[in-house]
Amino acid sequence: MRQKVLVLYLKNSALDSPVLGWAQYDGSGETLHMAGDDDTPPYATGLAALRDGWRLFQASQLLPHPRGEEFDLAYLKYEFFFEQLVEAAP
Amino acid sequence: MNDPPLLSSAQMASFVARGFLRFDGAVPADINAQFMAEAGEVPELAEGGKIMAVYGDTLAASRIPEVAAGTPLAEAYAPGSAVSRMLDLPLVRGALRSLLGEAPVFDHHFLHVTFPPRYYEAAHRENVSQHTHQDSTIDPRLSFDVQVMYYPHAVTRPMGGTRFIPGTHLRKVSEVALGRYQNMLGQQHMVCEAGTLLFLHHGLWHGGGVNLSDDVRYMFKIRMHASSSQVRCWDVDDLPLKNAKGPNAQRPIFFRKSAPERGTVEDILMTPEPWFEQDTGRLEFVNRIKLWRYLTDDPTYDADYWLTRLETAV
Repeated sequence: MRQKVLVLYLKNSALDSPVLGWAQYDGSGETLHMAGDDDTPPYATGLAALRDGWRLFQASQLLPHPRGEEFDLAYLKYEFFFEQLVEAAP
Repeated sequence: MNDPPLLSSAQMASFVARGFLRFDGAVPADINAQFMAEAGEVPELAEGGKIMAVYGDTLAASRIPEVAAGTPLAEAYAPGSAVSRMLDLPLVRGALRSLLGEAPVFDHHFLHVTFPPRYYEAAHRENVSQHTHQDSTIDPRLSFDVQVMYYPHAVTRPMGGTRFIPGTHLRKVSEVALGRYQNMLGQQHMVCEAGTLLFLHHGLWHGGGVNLSDDVRYMFKIRMHASSSQVRCWDVDDLPLKNAKGPNAQRPIFFRKSAPERGTVEDILMTPEPWFEQDTGRLEFVNRIKLWRYLTDDPTYDADYWLTRLETAV
């Protein structure tokens, strides 16, 4: 078996909110994805990825904002990891 | 007319909001040709050779000088050299004075070379794009450095081009920690004619696109910082008079019966990027307002009440 990984960055913490960013890593070797390889998201929402057979295995937590740092921004906030397991080529 | 021509308030507001200014074909063809000659040609790679060795040889053979960090920009390049002539263009002098004030200081420069597929085939390496990153390291300053990206030859889409994501510059991240963000809505790829210049806020997320063409791609980057105040260095004649319509004059928000006036500072600062999250997009607005306050030296400035609301305590 090989693992395909899809990472979606959504507009808010709801899985059915729109996709803003994305990444794909294909352990089967069938495809090679890289930074800047597509300007159109693979799915409109996280829910659309579920409906297409992707299994969610990690979602970012909702954390309180440290006092004094409420306006500081860094990394994208709503990150969801999905996987598909595929048969390895013989 | 100012000499050199300074940026307008709308251009400065756009830089504050989006983190870049782009000037297509700004450098004349003779300077571009001189730069390409001074940069030199990249040797072909023999089977089993190493790309980094060819890269090192190219940098060593080029006539682009080594320059010590901290050198006044005006002393960094020999008069008459291609880079000196590019920096002396009125548009460039005006933009740099507007963004950095008088006498900017050289930080570093680099000749970015992106190799076509045959180099990777010869080296038995995978040809992939550069991970998206923010240059340098975590930088909590409100003031900013400028990176000038110079494209001395035309860049086509198959050549990759610099990829950047407008509006990401105010996020405080640690270099390539964000490398897993392969694609974001609104990302741009520098496809441009020869002589195009991109002025970037140091914090803008970017990366080199994979080169799938037959040609070597060049981009020359210079990072520089201010040596004096960056406050109100552009052409501020078009700024609205402070509180011209009364204390903290604001435009109607949320409930509006007509579209707001386009092209104003408020309109530019309050225009979201496609990748903005629903809640933190508002914090992006807050941080833009804070940077505008800094640049205008006006601690009362606000757009659409975002900071006034938070600062009101009775």
